[in-house]
Amino acid sequence: MRALGMMVVAVAGVVGLAAAGRSSQAGGTVTGKVRFTGAKPLMAKIDMSDESVCKAKYTAPPTEETVVVNPNGTLANVFVYVDSGLPANYTAPAPTEDVVLDQNGCRYHPHVLGIRVGQKLAIKNSDGILHNIKAMGKLNRTFNVSQPTSMTTERVFTAREVMVPLECNVHGWMQAYLGVLPHPFFAVTGTDGSFSLKGLPPGTYTIKAWHEKYGTQVATVTVTAGGAKTQDFTFTAR
Amino acid sequence: MSWWLPLQGSTFAPQIDGLFIAILIITGLAFVIVEAGLIWFVIKYRGRPGRKGHYTHGSAKAEVIWTAIPAVTVVALGLVSNHYWKEIKGRDSIPADAYPIGIHAKQFEWQVTYPGPDGQLGTADDFTVRNQLHVPVGRNIVVVLTSEDVVHSFWVPVLRVKQDAVPGMTIRAWFQATVPGEYELGCAELCGMGHYRMRARVFIHTPAEFTAWMQQQIQGGATS
Amino acid sequence: MSSIAAAAPAVHAHHDDRSFIRKYIFSTDHKIIGIQFLFVSLFFLFLGGLLAMQIRWQLGYPGRPMPGGGILPETMAPGGVILPEYYIQLVTMHGTFMVFFAIMPLLVGVFANYLIPLKIGAHDMAFPRINMWSFWSAFTGGLVMFASLFVPEGAARAGWTMYAPLSARHDLSGAGLGQELWSISIVLLGLSSILGSLNYITTIINNRTPGMTWFRLPLSVWALFITAILGLLALPVLSGAAIMLLFEQILGTHFFDPAAGGQVLLWQHLFWFFGHPEVYILILPAMGMVSDIVANGSRKPIFGYHSMVFALVGIGFLGWVVWGHHMFMSGMNPTLGSTFMVTTMIISVPSAIKVFNWMGTMWRGNLRFHVPMLNAIGFVAMFVIGGLSGVFMAATPVDMPIHDTYFIVAHIHYVLFGGSLFALFGAITFWYPNMFGKMMNERWGKIHFWLTMLFFNLTFFPMHILGMGGHMRRIYDPTQYNFLKPYQPMNTFITIAAFALFASQLIFALNFILSLKWGKKAPLNPWEDNGLEWTLPTPPPHGNWDRPPTVYRGPYEYSAPQVAEDYLPQTKKLPTDREPAAAPVAGH
Repeated sequence: MRALGMMVVAVAGVVGLAAAGRSSQAGGTVTGKVRFTGAKPLMAKIDMSDESVCKAKYTAPPTEETVVVNPNGTLANVFVYVDSGLPANYTAPAPTEDVVLDQNGCRYHPHVLGIRVGQKLAIKNSDGILHNIKAMGKLNRTFNVSQPTSMTTERVFTAREVMVPLECNVHGWMQAYLGVLPHPFFAVTGTDGSFSLKGLPPGTYTIKAWHEKYGTQVATVTVTAGGAKTQDFTFTAR
Repeated sequence: MSWWLPLQGSTFAPQIDGLFIAILIITGLAFVIVEAGLIWFVIKYRGRPGRKGHYTHGSAKAEVIWTAIPAVTVVALGLVSNHYWKEIKGRDSIPADAYPIGIHAKQFEWQVTYPGPDGQLGTADDFTVRNQLHVPVGRNIVVVLTSEDVVHSFWVPVLRVKQDAVPGMTIRAWFQATVPGEYELGCAELCGMGHYRMRARVFIHTPAEFTAWMQQQIQGGATS
Repeated sequence: MSSIAAAAPAVHAHHDDRSFIRKYIFSTDHKIIGIQFLFVSLFFLFLGGLLAMQIRWQLGYPGRPMPGGGILPETMAPGGVILPEYYIQLVTMHGTFMVFFAIMPLLVGVFANYLIPLKIGAHDMAFPRINMWSFWSAFTGGLVMFASLFVPEGAARAGWTMYAPLSARHDLSGAGLGQELWSISIVLLGLSSILGSLNYITTIINNRTPGMTWFRLPLSVWALFITAILGLLALPVLSGAAIMLLFEQILGTHFFDPAAGGQVLLWQHLFWFFGHPEVYILILPAMGMVSDIVANGSRKPIFGYHSMVFALVGIGFLGWVVWGHHMFMSGMNPTLGSTFMVTTMIISVPSAIKVFNWMGTMWRGNLRFHVPMLNAIGFVAMFVIGGLSGVFMAATPVDMPIHDTYFIVAHIHYVLFGGSLFALFGAITFWYPNMFGKMMNERWGKIHFWLTMLFFNLTFFPMHILGMGGHMRRIYDPTQYNFLKPYQPMNTFITIAAFALFASQLIFALNFILSLKWGKKAPLNPWEDNGLEWTLPTPPPHGNWDRPPTVYRGPYEYSAPQVAEDYLPQTKKLPTDREPAAAPVAGH
């Protein structure tokens, strides 16, 4: 009986050590915030009076999303990603889940998003009125498809491209930006302006932060196994 | 549903409709003559065995008559038409005092630029509105048409005005609206998958309404 | 008075030892080539009709899943609901197939090939091998165009008129390979037309049998002659424009790109410079054949034969200087609008002359209402409506509100369906016994005629009303406009009429197909016609005649006093006839 118990402990110990070992082999993390300095630009209101279905979804007219500064002084809709530094033999198969881009209230949700090369983008029309999605990639083949009613269209992107602009030609204010990458190390800042890139193999990386109006900022970060690094970015009003 | 032409909303409309009716009468007459003639012949000359047709190769006189009458008719129609054509589309016919509105056609919207208080297009006080054309009644308006991408066509049925917007060209089309109300503008040249929805609302205002609207746009800040 | 003995013609076919392939597939015999065009073009006519049914479904029932639509891919009609980008492919390809691969080859490819050598007393065309290449390049073009329906991203979709820059840029239209295949197909079709025209013109000029002078040619031959000249001069312009478009699409040229020094209107001028003569190519042969049939059905000479010839020549000539009437709203100089209006008004006169002369032919005739005659009379009745509606658009101020509306669509279909297609139904029925040695069924031919007449008018006449109301063309969902919503019941009515119209055509199709095997065996000269083709066995043998026949009179000597019968074939020698001096052109 005691031998069995000791074997269980030993096995548990080995498993535990292995688990610990895995976490000690676990990738590093880069987190940070994207700050905004300077006067917050005024975003124009969007007049949706020609599209009553969409207008009805708002209590107050929505505004343009070109520059979204959060109350805590950070910038939303910044696409932060690893541009280079991954080992040459790094591969990661595209996830099987879809990334969803929703057209609701004649706006794209989200406004900025990332997707893996080969992963399916499910473009959903929740408004039930005509939208068209025109994707103007330079490295990915452009496409332009219509959705006259509530429906979902799927598309796959085959080439790495930062960023593919998407627009609706029926509602000229509708814009979205899609970053297509062959790895999972990207994030989009939200309402608190923060981002987190987890599971990076140890190494030195070029990390970029892209904003549709203010351009791209670059930083170099060295990551150790299991280590955590902080990298902030700051964009200035102009 | 109307079985006829739309409401006459511009100074051109009665002229164009008048010409339409004149042509309808003339062609209607020709239609009746031909169709009634055919039906009459089919009944009267139906074949009977043992009979022959009337052996003739024609009549020069008949040829002259039915050549001359159509020829005179179409020449007259041409002359009348040309008179109105020059007045409506002639580049020299655009009234000098016409209020300019810029319309930039783009897949699939109409970007309407108003000249602002200074009344001049292309100055800093211009503002642009999407898919809404506001004009005052009783005033000459000239629409300055451009296109961003493909051929579109500016078409307001109640005004009877139609003009293609062509990339690389700036084309002027003038009119004077006569009946206040809210109407529609459609794109009348296939421009892609959204062609069917390239619609704008057309507001023909009384002068007071138009001034009020203009004030509101300038103060409220134009929306894109 | 002498009579025409129904003697079997003394013709021995020269020994025909061609293989099956040389006889029926890669044939140089004009009659076989004509029949090849017939089968292929009837297929494309059917295909064009299928595309139209889908268009009408969407217009009658916007956004509703189409029965059978489930077989279409998600990119065209998810769940059977037609997408806007598929709808504009439908309107584009309907127009393309109907104009280029149905009506044009049916009128020219079939009847120029089949009739010309027979009606002028020749053994075959002047260049039989070039004739064969004419068919095979049209066939290949048709194959390429058909293939374009099935490529990824779909078919061309800028309208059959293919205006640049929409047609030139994949990023603006969404069409890629399909658009390029359209251009390639059109170049092949242009080649076919040019080769055919060379043959028709040369054969008519050079290969007329002794006695067949110019003014003894049947009007069908005159019409095909003028048509061939139009084709020879117009199709190269289209092919050139299509090649420029192809270069724009795949080589990045800038012919039509204003940002790089090109001109958008260049495409329109090129296209319509071809396009207007093209529409006369689409009607003149029909007019010619209708003349033959109306004279036959009236048992009278054609009224005003010389006027009819001059009218054909006049239409052919004037057809070159009216193209701008398609561009009144285009932004071209308004002064051009005036000049083109004048020429367009003038061109209505020769067409009017023809209509009156057809009526004059029927006047005091002894009318036989066989199926071809019914269809020919139907042609006159419907073509007149189409022609008269043209006067509205010729008047430039009136064109402003009706341009690019359903008024134009009504006009197009009255002349092309009401005109050309009725003429084709008549012509196919008329020459079927000559082609196949069988008669089509008379009763079903009449039923088809009346049903088509009824549903055709129910479908297309209301479109004039839609156009007057401002209803634009090529609109996927008219209910998006408040001013068009009230017309929706009319759109639905038109759709139902269109379905009935399409269904009625199955009668013609079945009559055509089944009569090939089970039709009544054709007697010699079943219509008691004067043409040379009826002096031969039905079908005529390879090489037509052993020795060229001799012609003694014009083509329309019906009810002539010299004979008891009410017809007098061109080659029948009467005691009073003299031999013609020699072949009209030496070296026949």
